[in-house]
Amino acid sequence: MRRIAIAAVVSLLTACNRGILDPVGPVGQAEKTILINSTAIMLAIIIPTVIATVAFAWWFRRGNAKATYRPDWEYSGAIEMVVWSIPALTIMLLGGIAWIGSHDLEPSKPLPSSKPPLKVDVVSLDWKWLFIYPDQGIASVNQLVVPAGTPVSFRLTSATVWNSFFVPQMGTMIYTMPRMTTRLNLQADRPGTYDGLSSHFSGDGFPGMQFKVQALPEDQFAMWAQGSRGQGPALDGAAYAELSRPSSYVKPMTYGSVAPNLYDAIVANTGPQLHLPQIAPPKRQASAVPAGG
Amino acid sequence: MFGKLTWDAIPFHEPIPLITSIVVLLAVAAIAAWITRNRWWSYLWDEYITSTDHKKIGIMYIVLGLVMLVRGFADAIMMRAQQSLAIGASQGYLPPEHYNQIFSAHGTIMIFFVAMPLVIGFMNFVVPLQLGVRDVAFPTMNNVSFWLTASGALLVNLSLFIGEFARTGWLAFPPLSEKAFSPGVGVDYYLVALQVSGVGTLLTGVNFVTTILKIRAPGMSYLRMPVFCWTALASNLLIIAAFPVLTATLALLMLDRYLGFHFFTNDGGGNSMLYMNLIWVWGHPEVYILVLPAFGIYSEVVSTFSGKPLFGYRSMVFATLAICIISFMVWLHHFFTMGAGADVNAVFGIASMIIGVPTGVKIYNWLFTMYGGRVRFTVPMHYAIGFMLTFVIGGLTGVLLAIPPVDFIVHNSLFLVAHFHQVIIGGVVFAIMAAYTYWFPKAFGFTLDERLGKAVFWCWFIGFHLAFMPLYVLGFWGATRRMQHIPDASWAPWLNVAFVGAAIIGLGIALTVVQLLYSIKTRDQRIDITGDPWDGRTLEWLTLSPPPHYNFAVLPDVHGEEAYWTRKQTAIKQDQLIKEPDYQPIEMPLNTPTGVIVAFFASVCGFAVIWYIWWLAILGLVGAFAVMVWYAWRDEHEHIIPIEEVRANARERRRIRMEHLHNLSQSV
Repeated sequence: MRRIAIAAVVSLLTACNRGILDPVGPVGQAEKTILINSTAIMLAIIIPTVIATVAFAWWFRRGNAKATYRPDWEYSGAIEMVVWSIPALTIMLLGGIAWIGSHDLEPSKPLPSSKPPLKVDVVSLDWKWLFIYPDQGIASVNQLVVPAGTPVSFRLTSATVWNSFFVPQMGTMIYTMPRMTTRLNLQADRPGTYDGLSSHFSGDGFPGMQFKVQALPEDQFAMWAQGSRGQGPALDGAAYAELSRPSSYVKPMTYGSVAPNLYDAIVANTGPQLHLPQIAPPKRQASAVPAGG
Repeated sequence: MFGKLTWDAIPFHEPIPLITSIVVLLAVAAIAAWITRNRWWSYLWDEYITSTDHKKIGIMYIVLGLVMLVRGFADAIMMRAQQSLAIGASQGYLPPEHYNQIFSAHGTIMIFFVAMPLVIGFMNFVVPLQLGVRDVAFPTMNNVSFWLTASGALLVNLSLFIGEFARTGWLAFPPLSEKAFSPGVGVDYYLVALQVSGVGTLLTGVNFVTTILKIRAPGMSYLRMPVFCWTALASNLLIIAAFPVLTATLALLMLDRYLGFHFFTNDGGGNSMLYMNLIWVWGHPEVYILVLPAFGIYSEVVSTFSGKPLFGYRSMVFATLAICIISFMVWLHHFFTMGAGADVNAVFGIASMIIGVPTGVKIYNWLFTMYGGRVRFTVPMHYAIGFMLTFVIGGLTGVLLAIPPVDFIVHNSLFLVAHFHQVIIGGVVFAIMAAYTYWFPKAFGFTLDERLGKAVFWCWFIGFHLAFMPLYVLGFWGATRRMQHIPDASWAPWLNVAFVGAAIIGLGIALTVVQLLYSIKTRDQRIDITGDPWDGRTLEWLTLSPPPHYNFAVLPDVHGEEAYWTRKQTAIKQDQLIKEPDYQPIEMPLNTPTGVIVAFFASVCGFAVIWYIWWLAILGLVGAFAVMVWYAWRDEHEHIIPIEEVRANARERRRIRMEHLHNLSQSV
């Protein structure tokens, strides 16, 4: 029964190509490695402990005449030494992993790459995600398009309450908080479509904050960015006010232009009544697309 | 006149809360009618409601906790049902505004009004007995503590009938919990209920630290105290240190909500990150406030049913205190994903892991307590072994969560939900069930039915694993918590397994009620006249079951770590008890209605604050204060139990014990 259960769990865990166990970039990959290594290190002492618990309890059951009863045995310096050492040594090892891992995988640290990162500004709204591509001068809702193999450098904030930006297959999640900016660097090496979500409860529309991440080959990404620019509605003050009205399960869409400094204005203000500077035509049109696009 | 309170506050148009309200009110009315018919009110009033006896207060705490467990479980099964139904195109049967109240109420009730009252209840019942004394340091304050806790529980449950409960999760993070985003009374119910019960908990902490430090039987030095008393001391020190932080944090949020302050708001210079830090400065020690006494319970159970002293007693004491101190240095691990930076994350991550060391030592010490023992597989021992097997896995996932880069991918996920349920159910709830079975005969003079008890254990053990192991898997798939609707249809099988697990736990809870009723009905078969049904080792087994109000006719003289065991072995060897001591009349505190009246006014005041009925709030506050003043000015504090009564009771007890020990010495 138990063996079947374990077999079922193992097969389901390994067979599924999804979630944090199927990372598509260096961050998620490194985190998965730490997860598995740490689990293995701990299982090395936990499995013997579990076996010993069952074995001791069973062997020393009251009815077992073969077991020696030692009613006064309550201390052994040697055993104490060992039982303090085993967890202490394990934790020293894992502590080292935690220290190195925290520094290597610090979310704000740029990823090593020969390519300049794509900049994306993320705003969580009630209850959808706004992605602004400052260098491309475009924006999208509930749909994040990135070039595969290129690092993405995020600035993140929230227009209302806290959320957490999370694409399980890319790795690290991070909070989006109003009037503050958090930073995150991720990369998707494998082209494909991945699920994204908010992983911090934010109110009634929270379950509808799912979004899709599309990792496109670089040339296709450039085509998408170029094709989107100037197409569809403009994200100006009025459009932003409209967008920031509470709604959930919002269909993905794209804005062909974005008011300059919209992200900074959102960080500086609160609520939908933004005091935006006068809308000017996007300035950065020419310089935008990363080289190789 | 009535502030925000109008008829709209009653959920006439929402069938689920309306029907629940009616059923609960009918049940309460039925119980009240039954008590009236049996003329039990005066008995309840004299023996329980106004009692200053730590044992009676302990029992009231435990009853409150068990009743609230049913409420909290009802929330749990509704959530599991919703997540099994609301998949893909279906929205299930609970709209978000209702579902969000349910998970918020589930967490709030389970921690504050189930786990806390149960743990405090057992500390109340057991600690003075184990210390060999007659009561806690402040018996009336103890009664007040209980009634304030009950008052908080009342307010939380009132939100079901009048208004709504918070929809912001069990810790009500701002800015979501600020007026701008949660304008209703739900968050106010949450805040006020926790403020009222928080005062009760803080008073308990003061009471027990004083008791353990200052009032112990002669010869009961610190290093002779049972481990349960040590864990109770550590837990209450944490209460004293942590609960004021909770009170202050919630007070700041109340200032924001009621008076337009800007501590945690988005505007006016507020900073919601501050709340996150403050609430977890309380929240993390809270986990150890619950689990340390649980460790104490396992220590007592494993030692008793292995027929051996606890292995490495001093090591256990040291581990307990180490956990007590380190638990205050780890709060930041609840929000590694806030972007605090690598150094901060790493330091808090490693500090969190260090707690794993003394905890691991405890597991090994229980293991070696069994080694060389004669293990009796009683119901409490089932829970202890079940705990050891499941808690190590909970510890593993806990250490994983303490590694910042791992936390980055499982934070707030169902993996986290599975982890903390594994340590709270596997650690705290199993301990509570063990303690309930273990000390029940001490409280009522008969044991609980063993077969039904084992059935309950297997329901909890199997039900727990079915309910939460699937959540670990879903956590790996990227499933986050608090989802009223499940976007991915492929999660359904695991969610359905989790539902079945929850239903099995429900069966266990139902069987607990059956076990209690059956055990009462057939109590003559399992009566315990000896006062020592488990061959115990600590002082609570020295006295009668149930113990007299004053616990011990003469405070026991303690020699050595195992006060009662040593004494029992000497008596068995010599086939006689110690010489009959000089009995004295005993002074005991009088009953007092102070607690229940103060709590009545506190409830009135709390309810009025929630609904902005300011005149009533002031009236409630003045009333509560006046009762305290009235209490402080009374002349009579104690009554004397005459020496004849003490002597007669003590002689009867000696006769029974002599007979019992004589039988034991014959059988050796």
